[in-house]
Amino acid sequence: MTAPLLCMRGLRARYGAVIALHGVDLDVAQGEIVTLIGANGAGKSTLMMTIFGDPQAYEGQVIYDGQDITRLPTHEIARLGIAQSPEGRRIFPRMSVLENLQMGAVASAHRQVEADLERVFAFFPRLKERLRQRSGTLSGGEQQMLAIARALMARPRLLLLDEPSLGLAPLIAQHIFDVIRDLNAREKLTVFLVEQNAYHALKLAHRGYVMVNGEITLRGSGRELLERPEVRAAYLEGGHA
Amino acid sequence: MSEAAAATPARADRGGALKDAGITALIALGLFLPLIGLRTVQNIRNELVLETRWPLLAACVGAVVAVRLLGTLVVAPMLARRPAATLAARAAKSARRARLPRVLGPLAIGFAMTYPLLVIWLVGATGANKWIDNFGIQILIYVMLGLGLNIVVGLAGLLDLGYVAFYAVGAYSYALLAKTFGLSFWMLLPLAGILAAFWGILLGFPVLRLRGDYLAIVTLAFGEMIRLVLINWVPVTNGYAGVSGVPRPTFFGIAFNASDQGFAAIFGLAFSPTHRAFFLYYVILGIGRAWEALREDEIACRSLGINTTVTKLTAFAIGAMFGGIAGAFFAARQGFISPESFTFMESAVILSIVVLGGMGSQIGVAIAAIVMIGGTEILRELDLLRAVFGAAFDPTQYRMLIFGFGMVLIMVWRPRGLIASRQPSVSLHNGVPPAGDLVKEGRG
Ligand SMILES: Nc1ncnc2c1ncn2[C@@H]1O[C@H](COP(=O)(O)OP(=O)(O)OP(=O)(O)O)[C@@H](O)[C@H]1O
Ligand SMILES: [Mg+2]
Repeated sequence: MTAPLLCMRGLRARYGAVIALHGVDLDVAQGEIVTLIGANGAGKSTLMMTIFGDPQAYEGQVIYDGQDITRLPTHEIARLGIAQSPEGRRIFPRMSVLENLQMGAVASAHRQVEADLERVFAFFPRLKERLRQRSGTLSGGEQQMLAIARALMARPRLLLLDEPSLGLAPLIAQHIFDVIRDLNAREKLTVFLVEQNAYHALKLAHRGYVMVNGEITLRGSGRELLERPEVRAAYLEGGHA
Repeated sequence: MSEAAAATPARADRGGALKDAGITALIALGLFLPLIGLRTVQNIRNELVLETRWPLLAACVGAVVAVRLLGTLVVAPMLARRPAATLAARAAKSARRARLPRVLGPLAIGFAMTYPLLVIWLVGATGANKWIDNFGIQILIYVMLGLGLNIVVGLAGLLDLGYVAFYAVGAYSYALLAKTFGLSFWMLLPLAGILAAFWGILLGFPVLRLRGDYLAIVTLAFGEMIRLVLINWVPVTNGYAGVSGVPRPTFFGIAFNASDQGFAAIFGLAFSPTHRAFFLYYVILGIGRAWEALREDEIACRSLGINTTVTKLTAFAIGAMFGGIAGAFFAARQGFISPESFTFMESAVILSIVVLGGMGSQIGVAIAAIVMIGGTEILRELDLLRAVFGAAFDPTQYRMLIFGFGMVLIMVWRPRGLIASRQPSVSLHNGVPPAGDLVKEGRG
């Protein structure tokens, strides 16, 4: 087996005195969709931000494409081909949709912004209609699409998504999941997905991890995890059969 | 005047209007009694004696009441009767307004360049000096200061309350280097900019980790520090006495004639290339957009691969450079500089120009500078006011009143500044600006 694209070993991170990650081991192989689920405050977003060096891990390693990126500053990590749609979307609300998308391409070396715009519009036609709209006035679902589209503008090899279905109507959430599946199937994009919507996220994923209090407690294929009684009890109870 | 207002056939409730005017009169009386009605003067034995000015007080209160009555009885019903503008008309208007700045830019530059000639043509060579010097150059200096601070505050969102420090660095750099080493104006102009930028970076390194209020406090202190150094470092700066006999600019060694007309014209010329070169730079590197993004969300910027430290430092440095160049112009114009010119008040004036112009809008800043600085200069010219308020009345004393008044008007009518619709700072590919209607922001 070749080395995974992203590989975390014994990762520990903290905010001041509060330790949020207690030694996390996690792999994402090239071409995979990997899902991380866990309760509120488990440390999922922290893990995602630690990959980006904000906060930096105080112990352990993050290896991306064979390179140790644990101590790199955030902006340099972004230039290695990792893009994210962070928790809370973090689009630039006073800029237009187009300007937000252009910002996504700012740091990448290639200059075919026009072609890339067409590419993301193929996935999110809604954005094309709203090109000139101030993005702060977009609906929640549109803002989420914009956040993902902006991340795609950098032509990443690895896409990190933090709760892309949060607060979205089921139909829109389904659309977002479909796009993720498409991106992975058609463009071989590697995706690391953090979700509360455990059923859909695990169905979509090749592999999944469950995090509890800053530690990985379960791992396995998406299907395996869906069948596990612990997962069903904690994340699917009363939801989908 | 009040009879005239009352006589107008208005459907408004007159009793209500009178009551309203009565309340206004009371408030005005309460405010003006200590401010206008009473005055302390020193008599021959150095004692303070209270003097009363009842007629003036009565006139002021009367004027306020008259204006209030005019408003409630005439203006308000008139506005109410005007048919509500249709949505379509409003949209068309906002579209026109969005296109306005693009026409305004070249127009303004053209006007700035021909202004000196225009003035000479209009009032003749002898009278022109005042208009070129007081209006033209001074306004342009403030436009430049406003544009510089606009980068830091309006675009990058870093609240800098000590901007005057860079202005001072530029002015003193020019004055001292020109006097001591006899360097020419044209050589010192960029040098003053570079020195100021250097100080900007020096200040930036420790300070840019801070945000918001903390940054404001530290920059405020920095502005004061520079001023105190200028006051106390007597061997170099000559302290309070200032530096006099600052060499005037020459054109390849040929001095301008006393009237400075040439200088003004050249300033206009020198100004627009700097301006244009700057925007070229800023468009090519896409750094303007990065500054705006920084103002919006720093964390998002970083995860998009933008080095936020470098971006902030460039904003600080380029903003400071503008301040430094403006300072050199100031020193060259005045021929004399002292720490008096670089107090916090100056920072506040520049900041209010940026805020009034609509943070982030270049053309708005230019307009605000013209209104604010030109307005105070025009006050100086109004002998009419002196005829009304007596010979001792110095209209320029009231410039802060104008600022305040301008602020209030802007707050009421254009809460996002004069030019609120922002142009895209960089268009990678025929970028379209957000439509005026779509960018309108809710109040609050
Ligand atoms: N900036 C911060 N400063 C201090 N503590 C933080 C900070 N961010 C997160 N934490 C703490 O770290 C722990 C993990 O938070 P994190 O945001 O990673 O959880 P999460 O799994 O993403 O939760 P959710 O599903 O609600 O988004 C929580 O206890 C949280 O309070
Ligand atoms: Mg989270």
